Amino acid sequence: MASISPAPAEVRPASNAEAVVATRAVTKHYGAVHAVDGVDLEIVRGELFGLIGHNGAGKSTLFKMMLGLIPLTSGEILIDNASVSGGGFRAVRRKIGYLPENVVLYENLTGLETLQFFSRLKGAPLRDCAPALERVGLTHAARRRVREYSKGMRQRLGFAQALLGRPQILFLDEPTTGLDPEAIREFYAILRGLRTEGVTVVLTSHILAEIQERVDRLAIMAAGKVQAIGSVQALREQMDLPLWFEIRIAPEHLGAVRAALGHLPISAIEARDDHVAVQCRREAKMAVLEALAALDGKVLDLHVREPSLEDVFFGFSD
Amino acid sequence: MEFRQIGIIAGKEFWDRIRNRWVLAVALVFTVFALAIAYFGGAQQGAVGFRSIEFTIASLVSLVIYLIPLIALILGFDAIVGERERGSLDLLLSMPITRFELLLGKYLGLAAALAFSTVAGFGLVAVVLATQLNLGALLHYFGFMFSSVLLGMAFLSLAVMVSVFAADRTRASGMAIALWFFFVLVFDLLLLGALVVTGDRYGGEVFPYLLLANPADVFRILNIFALDDVRSLYGLATVFPRALADPWLLGLVMFAWIAAPLGIATWRFRK
Repeated sequence: MASISPAPAEVRPASNAEAVVATRAVTKHYGAVHAVDGVDLEIVRGELFGLIGHNGAGKSTLFKMMLGLIPLTSGEILIDNASVSGGGFRAVRRKIGYLPENVVLYENLTGLETLQFFSRLKGAPLRDCAPALERVGLTHAARRRVREYSKGMRQRLGFAQALLGRPQILFLDEPTTGLDPEAIREFYAILRGLRTEGVTVVLTSHILAEIQERVDRLAIMAAGKVQAIGSVQALREQMDLPLWFEIRIAPEHLGAVRAALGHLPISAIEARDDHVAVQCRREAKMAVLEALAALDGKVLDLHVREPSLEDVFFGFSD
Repeated sequence: MEFRQIGIIAGKEFWDRIRNRWVLAVALVFTVFALAIAYFGGAQQGAVGFRSIEFTIASLVSLVIYLIPLIALILGFDAIVGERERGSLDLLLSMPITRFELLLGKYLGLAAALAFSTVAGFGLVAVVLATQLNLGALLHYFGFMFSSVLLGMAFLSLAVMVSVFAADRTRASGMAIALWFFFVLVFDLLLLGALVVTGDRYGGEVFPYLLLANPADVFRILNIFALDDVRSLYGLATVFPRALADPWLLGLVMFAWIAAPLGIATWRFRK
């Protein structure tokens, strides 16, 4: 477990925009198991918010509580200022789109019938079903039964379902499972479009590399608690993970590079042929850069590798 | 409560059963059995051909009392647990619909499918027999059809209750079969055994009322003991309490058998 605890200010994003999803000291206990343990989150309108964590970290449980699918042991969850356990939640649900993890749809219905069924339940206009299918690239399969759909097609149909009724808040649990890279790009392009319309998106993913450039903020969950919350960059800085300089030099200059960096707080140097990798702490970054620049033409190329979200994630959750 | 949401769920359940030909198959089963019983029911007595509506109904009752509970239990046992096990329940419940609306919609849709099969299957036989029946006989037959529908509703209600309580489909099917054994095969035997053991010592007159604790027996009373001709035919007129032959009372008990399991299911499903 990381010793760094999140700064309280990080619970709320920098802007003082209105919170669309707010959890206050939310807990869920199954007997002695604390699946979710005192979670405070505020997600603002138009934000693309990621929730990451190992299996069993509590993110799916938190998700289901946000949707009012399972009762809270204690605490409070407000969606658009309405309590999920309150009577006014039906009106809020009409503004919510949900894509469950490994979405299961009715095998005997066609793609179009599936959307029509959920559209009726949401009270959304049926004429939006065909455009929703088109948006996820399933127009060609509209009249085929779901039982003939591939995993990726089912996932896309599930996403189209979540978009019905022009939801203001989208909850997407592992939304890109089963999608090919092309479809994943299209998926995030749709999300970006929705965000400009003010739609709030909360998503979980286990493919960290995929979500790190795409979410505004994220929360790392482990053992039922939010271990850290903020933008990827803020989390990197908070975690204070070392970064790498990847340098290309002529092999004969390796000694000169070692000498130039010798007095700096370098944590590792690995050299192979004309390639040198230098690891240092964030605060030494500029000093290393200056020392390398002073080598005056001996450095042929340079690339700074920031810790990935994966590094940050393991730093917080291990 | 939003009736629209109930209607959407009910509509889907009903059309699913129409589309997968469940309704057609069950209706055909009813038609074939009813025709066979009407024409060959008296074959043991050496007579083939339609005899009388009382004989036909009496024979049909003994068939329906096995068949309809079984069909209703099979139809309804996975209504909720099936969605839960497949993983489609969360998505349904994330919609603007309450658990009660979902449960009631499921029940009504399945009930409509079962009622439709029953009426279509037995109704076809009524059409075939129409020329040989007078109005009174037709009314008896319609009474039989209506009570068959009620019997189906009661066991469907039990099935939906099972589907809420069971942890998985396998257990749900086991519980459904157990209910069928209990109500259709075991219950009367237990009652008879108890009657023999206790003899006339206490409350022999209470036993007929205990029959109301079993929807299958309520159905039997409705169809057999409520008909004067059949009562005398079976020699039951003397031993059977008059009050129990009141179709309104029996109908009320049947409605209780429909409402109570659904009520318990709703209570459990909301938890």
